[in-house]
Amino acid sequence: MRLSAPFGTRIKRDTRVFFSFNGTRLNGFEGDTVASALLAADVQLMSRSFKYHRPRLGLTFAGDDAATLVTIDHRANCFADTETLGQAMEVTSQNHLGSLEHDLGAAIGLLARFLPVGFYYKAFYRPKGIWELWAKFFRRSAGLGRINPSKQKVVPRTKRYLHVDHLVVGGGYHGMRAALDIANDGKSVLLVEQDPVLGGSLLYSRIDPEGVVAGRLAQELIGQIETNSNIEVMTTAHCNGWYADHYVPILQGHNLFKIRASGVTLATGSLEQPAVFRNNDLPGVMLGSGVQRLVHLYGVKAGHRAVIIAGNDEAYGLALDLLDADIEVAAIIELRAEPVKSGTRSALMESVVERGVRIITGAEPHAAVARRGHLSAIQLRGQASKEVHVAQYEPLETIECDLLCSSVGFLPQYQIPCQAGARLRFDEEDNCFTLDGLPRGFQLAGSITGKWGLDEPAPDPSHSWPIFPHPQGKEFVDQDEDLQIVDIVNAVADGFTHVQLVKRYSTVGMGPSQGRHSALATAKITAAANRTTIDETGVTTARPPLRAEPLAASAGEVFFPARLSSMHEAHSKLGAQFLHAGTWYRPACYPRPGEDRIACIEREVINVRRNVGMIDLSTLGGIDIRGPDASELLNRLYTGGFKGLAIGKSKYALMCNEAGVVIDDGVAARLAETHFYVTATTTGVENVYRQMLKWNVQWQLDVDITNVTSAYCVVNLAGPKSKEVLARLTTTDLDEDAFPYLGVREGEVAGIPARLLRVGFVGELGYEIHVPQTLGRHLWEALAAVGATFDIAPFGVEAQRLLRLEKGHIIIGQDTDAMTHLRELEMSWAVSRKKPFFIGDRTTAEIDTTRMTRRLAGFTVESANRMDVPQESQLVLEGDRMAGRVTSAAYSPTLDKIVGLAYVPATSAEGDTITIRVDHGHGLQATLCELPFYDPQTERQRVPDISVDVIEETLPERTSLISGSRSDLGNGVVIVDRTLSDRCGIRGRTAASWLESLSMLVPDKPNCAQVQKDGTLLARLSVGEFLFLGSSNYLGCHPDGADSNYSLPRADSHAWLVLSGAHSRELLQAVCSIDLRPRSFLDGDVAQTLMFGISVILIQSEGIFHLCADITSSQYLYDALGESINSMSI
Amino acid sequence: MKTLLCPLNGIRNIDEFIYGGEYHVEPDRKQVDRKAWAEHVFFDTNSAGVVTEWWCHTPSSFWFLADRDTVTDEVINTYPFSIDPVER
Repeated sequence: MRLSAPFGTRIKRDTRVFFSFNGTRLNGFEGDTVASALLAADVQLMSRSFKYHRPRLGLTFAGDDAATLVTIDHRANCFADTETLGQAMEVTSQNHLGSLEHDLGAAIGLLARFLPVGFYYKAFYRPKGIWELWAKFFRRSAGLGRINPSKQKVVPRTKRYLHVDHLVVGGGYHGMRAALDIANDGKSVLLVEQDPVLGGSLLYSRIDPEGVVAGRLAQELIGQIETNSNIEVMTTAHCNGWYADHYVPILQGHNLFKIRASGVTLATGSLEQPAVFRNNDLPGVMLGSGVQRLVHLYGVKAGHRAVIIAGNDEAYGLALDLLDADIEVAAIIELRAEPVKSGTRSALMESVVERGVRIITGAEPHAAVARRGHLSAIQLRGQASKEVHVAQYEPLETIECDLLCSSVGFLPQYQIPCQAGARLRFDEEDNCFTLDGLPRGFQLAGSITGKWGLDEPAPDPSHSWPIFPHPQGKEFVDQDEDLQIVDIVNAVADGFTHVQLVKRYSTVGMGPSQGRHSALATAKITAAANRTTIDETGVTTARPPLRAEPLAASAGEVFFPARLSSMHEAHSKLGAQFLHAGTWYRPACYPRPGEDRIACIEREVINVRRNVGMIDLSTLGGIDIRGPDASELLNRLYTGGFKGLAIGKSKYALMCNEAGVVIDDGVAARLAETHFYVTATTTGVENVYRQMLKWNVQWQLDVDITNVTSAYCVVNLAGPKSKEVLARLTTTDLDEDAFPYLGVREGEVAGIPARLLRVGFVGELGYEIHVPQTLGRHLWEALAAVGATFDIAPFGVEAQRLLRLEKGHIIIGQDTDAMTHLRELEMSWAVSRKKPFFIGDRTTAEIDTTRMTRRLAGFTVESANRMDVPQESQLVLEGDRMAGRVTSAAYSPTLDKIVGLAYVPATSAEGDTITIRVDHGHGLQATLCELPFYDPQTERQRVPDISVDVIEETLPERTSLISGSRSDLGNGVVIVDRTLSDRCGIRGRTAASWLESLSMLVPDKPNCAQVQKDGTLLARLSVGEFLFLGSSNYLGCHPDGADSNYSLPRADSHAWLVLSGAHSRELLQAVCSIDLRPRSFLDGDVAQTLMFGISVILIQSEGIFHLCADITSSQYLYDALGESINSMSI
Repeated sequence: MKTLLCPLNGIRNIDEFIYGGEYHVEPDRKQVDRKAWAEHVFFDTNSAGVVTEWWCHTPSSFWFLADRDTVTDEVINTYPFSIDPVER
């Protein structure tokens, strides 16, 4: 039934909202919650309880109990008391067999006596196998609600970063006061409120007999908040946890805000706690504050004749509210003795007495009585001692009522402070909880402190023992889980004395409300059963999230970084299947229509052996090492000796860590006396580069180290006809004498400046062609076009793996593990003994003095059956003993047998037979043999003697790696792809003074940018590194070698996006974790940070933002920005 | 999420950094006995209290040292490796 205005402040009575409940058409008002509309329509039953299927109608009306869980439009487990009513909502009740009114599941309640606490733990051990029978039953009754997968809607969800000076959670009296105080100090404040409007309990509780103070205070404060420009308010928003350094997630609708604040004030108040007595869960038994919410906010009259159980003065404010709402107050059961004595009465109590309400003292609730499933009366008894059992009692009168409100105590919202490291203490003297040990910058305000009142903190108005055991039980401590007093007492009796164990044994506090209305009673009963104090007992840990949140909130909108070479589109057109290598997408193979994967790989292998193949190796790591100490650095980092390496030659480079474990390999090419170009493995290069920097921070060698992986697009052209293809595209002399095996040459290929390395990884004559990334697409097309007459075919990573296996080349990480030493690989040839040291030398020397247990060896199986190929990591057996494992194996189409690599006992020798345990436990016999399997004399490296005419080509146009870009993405953000514009990098110990000598305006400290006279932009990234946007001519001077300054190939390693438009800053703030607020990130500021999981350089200059990021991730970055703009609808 | 103060870039979320292990002064690899060498390579002091650690800010590849209290997980100070670094 509805009350007339002024009751119902939150509803708009002129707008009807139609909905259905279990198929019955009902209506409410705009502003109603689902629960308030149901109660207004006189619905007497909302749900069935979890275990005993008892009828429930709602307890807290604040989203803190499981009684209001319903399914709304196929969304299971919505809290009807916080869910805003919407037009045409289909609401259905949960957890019943048959109809809500006639629930067959309620029969389980009759068995309650046979379902003691810990039932699950006790019941299923014996007889053996009984669990199988029970499981079917439990599986059916476990969980709440039903999910209909076909009806689920996928709602786009966003995550955004937000920086504020101070975060205040809780928009009640104390939250608003705190926000105003902090804002008046000039700080920016974000005030977060879970309800749709500010005000908190001021909007429904009664402070004074006339009932005007609370509303007036609310209006005043809300007015001040609204006019304060330093305060931003976020309503219907939930704070579900606190993380280190004030990182606080706020959920609002479908948005997850990741707040970073300098300080946090929590003013989330305290939660009213129910009294514990028999049938305290009947429909009609509610918390006083819940009834006040219904009356004031929604104008819902929850009953006609009420009885109030009073443990504090709040009960009298409640009584006045009920009287004003025309609800008869049959009696107030005053549990306290003193307040009723005249002279100590509060103003509220005086007023209640004046209005003739009967106040009963010396009595306590015995049991609530039901009629047709709803509360009909309360039985009273004489006050008994504070015990967990009732031995004797004195029956008193029974009072008829259809509404029973309790107002007996509160519990501070201790959960989030405790997550932040605070300790919860119980002050026995003041009968209240307090919190101490808060982290720096973390404050509490209001009743969360345990103290009560507006301006003068008073002790928490909680009754010390609102717990009334009944001989027949059913006094519910936890209404989510249907746990009674006896369950807690028995848990302690069974030996689970600690409150944490009580929880795990009984499941108290494990329901949807996570103990928010059961923790206090549990603590009290556990303390009493243990004959100890509440302080010693404490409460159980409450981990985030504080309230139930959809998994989609954290799972939604996740970005997976992707790196693509500039040839990616060509691979896609050829129908490549891709595989992931780190964040790279690499072609695994290029199957033709109808071709299976294995046949495809074998075809690609055979084509490389017979004709010529091309593979995109752009993912291969590339590191530039320049400076007088370049060779010294390599000598220390790699096992080999590099000082004597001739210019124009390359050498295998093997890297160990200090433990002597092989961690990476590549090729080091000497381009000049002081310049090496070193390759590294695709997934290893990042770590190799970082380790190089870390070592050189300590060594301080005069050398520059740059990761240039993305700056180059690399193709390995391999096969007997590779020279014939390449010779048509380059003037570089490819004859054996001019360009021998392991040679390095700089030249042009198809008009593109290129670096050529003669390599033999796949065991054929081959050329690695390294070209600038933005010209890579052209190289691929040129090779494919010229190669067509020589049956050129692309080959993928799978074919390369097989080719190198035939040649006996190992792959670090596949054929090695975290224990593999040089000796086990028989790679002592790669170690130089003529230098002072290298990383790992000492440990290697120690290992060499010990007995070797295993070694990596080649094996063959003389069987053409591809089905017999052993799998990686299958065991090598020596009798019954594990003696090693297979690391690589494949059927070799070239050799028509199975070849592989495996760790085998160190004592084994070539020609020995080993047993590999393959699928189904079968043993496969294999023969150890010398490596390589293919071309042991390296005859395939012979260069054919041919001469051809070179097809003349001019330097082609560079291409961006972003396809389909359009500049205006709408919503006030314009993104321009300037990847093809000029830019470069400069680094060196005197780079700053060198630039100054060229009359440039040099920023005086790192992470600043300066606009030059000609409009170009110079950004300083560190003491000695600069990024120069808008020019590539170094002002007519090339820095390489000049005073130890070096150029960095930024035009090819980094994409360049320019963001402008009214909302560009807003977009960047939302997607970037650093503080980009206008007063924090100024014009001329530079930030090197992460965005969508990749490294970026962000520069603000003259009101626009320049974003530079790894060029191979540029499509990913561009798409992610576009998606973010769309999903944010900014 | 924790934050860490990078001496070059300022306060950043911890996911911008990688941990580089405890800082050790390397013993003379030629002179030290094998037991002491093994200690150096394979063991961290892992003490409860303030330890010095290597950290790298990954977007800028900047290595630095941090004094961190392993009991409170509080970072007391961060600074570049050398007093007079040749920063690049």
